[in-house]
Amino acid sequence: MKTLIIAEHDNLHLNPVTLNTVQAATQIGNEIHLLVAGYGCQAVAQAAAKIHGVTQVFVADNEAYAHQLAENVAPLIVDVAQSYSHILAPATTQGKNVLPRVAALYDVAQISDIIAVVSADTFKRPIYAGNAIATVKSEDCLKVITVRGSSFAPVESGSGNASIEPLSQVFKSDKVSFVREQLEKTARPELNAARIVVSGGRGVGSRENFALLEQLADKLGAAVGASRAAVDSGYAQNDLQVGQTGKIVAPDLYIAVGISGAIQHLAGMKESKIIVAINKDDESPIFQVADYGLVGDLFDVLPELTSKI
Amino acid sequence: MKILVAVKRVVDYNVKISVNASQTGVETTNLKMSMNPFCEIAVEEAIRQKEKGYADEVVVVSVGSQASQEQLRAALALGADRAILVEAEEGLESLAVAKLLAAVVRQEQPELVILGKQAIDSDANQTGQMLAALTGYPQGTFASEVNIVEKSVAVTREIDGGLQTLSLVLPAIITTDLRLNEPRYASLPNIMKAKRKPLDVVSAADYDIDTRPRLTTVSVVAPAQRESGIRVSSVDELLNKLKNEAKVI
Repeated sequence: MKTLIIAEHDNLHLNPVTLNTVQAATQIGNEIHLLVAGYGCQAVAQAAAKIHGVTQVFVADNEAYAHQLAENVAPLIVDVAQSYSHILAPATTQGKNVLPRVAALYDVAQISDIIAVVSADTFKRPIYAGNAIATVKSEDCLKVITVRGSSFAPVESGSGNASIEPLSQVFKSDKVSFVREQLEKTARPELNAARIVVSGGRGVGSRENFALLEQLADKLGAAVGASRAAVDSGYAQNDLQVGQTGKIVAPDLYIAVGISGAIQHLAGMKESKIIVAINKDDESPIFQVADYGLVGDLFDVLPELTSKI
Repeated sequence: MKILVAVKRVVDYNVKISVNASQTGVETTNLKMSMNPFCEIAVEEAIRQKEKGYADEVVVVSVGSQASQEQLRAALALGADRAILVEAEEGLESLAVAKLLAAVVRQEQPELVILGKQAIDSDANQTGQMLAALTGYPQGTFASEVNIVEKSVAVTREIDGGLQTLSLVLPAIITTDLRLNEPRYASLPNIMKAKRKPLDVVSAADYDIDTRPRLTTVSVVAPAQRESGIRVSSVDELLNKLKNEAKVI
């Protein structure tokens, strides 16, 4: 019984969410191997080999995998998967894009976004925007699983000593080509990995006002998040969206500013350890999940909070 | 070209669901049901492509019980030309749905298939990708912009960290993200007209397809409740609590 994990990376750096995924694999209990598919990704392979608990790293380094397109990476994974009982990937946009394609090619089900490992074939996952938790048992010979990073603590990295083996198989579809990428540059911690998240909603009122949140975030070393309403109104970039359809976060501290607390938003943050709500509407549903609620105008509260930290 | 759109009947997104007494699922009797919001965006996109002259026919398909006809009629009222219901038992898994949709794709031969990125009941986010695998078509998931250019389609995708644009050779599969468009409302005359548009019902059993479940649901429970919090009256009190009680800053 072996588990293969698809490493999340940008060809230069291993995304730390991979470490959370290794934790889930550790709980399943098999020998753990990692697959790094990319282009010019040797540094990622080196980092992957140092992850505690990983015994083998496969590297498919080819131009065909430069942007990790599902049409190229999925057949590679299927090819490698033959000798595995479990295939895991983080439930990121990359993992969600590729793994169902793998599962269908293999004719097995996929278990999406697991939040707990019950046993090697039984897992827990949220449904209905996190309003119910289903425990599911898989009958398939190969379990294809995406892992919610925020539900598993990262394993240690640095002490591991896995061997690295290059793979030469190249799968390249002529039906898809990469055109361009526009990535947001930010000096703040990544939303998924941040210890503190400061999020703004419709109540913030404008893109300019979002600077108030950014100042607080910078003082706290926090990441900035947003509700769908804030993103749709153009106050924040859409990759900052926290919720059922955006990112799922579980930081130590989540500060919700001007966010009413619709169930779709709560699905993305209600596992946070401490939730603070700052809202001028006393009746906002966000106060039902907040550990500390402050009713007040964010334009008074935020500058005061920032200056006093 | 012909565009095929898959739609799903789900519990309305505004309904607060509750787990049933036997902890086998959620209580769905007498709840308001609607078209999955991501599917509405898929229907809207297909109709816009038709209005721009890129498509001449929009066909909507649903896999589900007879009651799904309601959602297919809703899609017809929005501007789809005809509908297909693949009548099947409730709660089929994504793989089974993808296999049935693949059979419909083989029959209908659409150039473009549009689905929502996920259904808000099972939150699986799998069917589009699985359909792409089964048909061998390229996939443009989490689309926030779609531009058909002759024999291909440029799809801008919402990825972690920003946007990515891919060019897919048609026929292709697209799954919609929230920001692709804002779905329109059906007008009363169009709702009346939709009643006369063709809606074919086929039985899933007529396809020789293995739809047996691969997963067993052991239990469904309500998530752990958060302990109720407290209201603080000032920034100073908040900071004091965060530093000394919660110890998070």
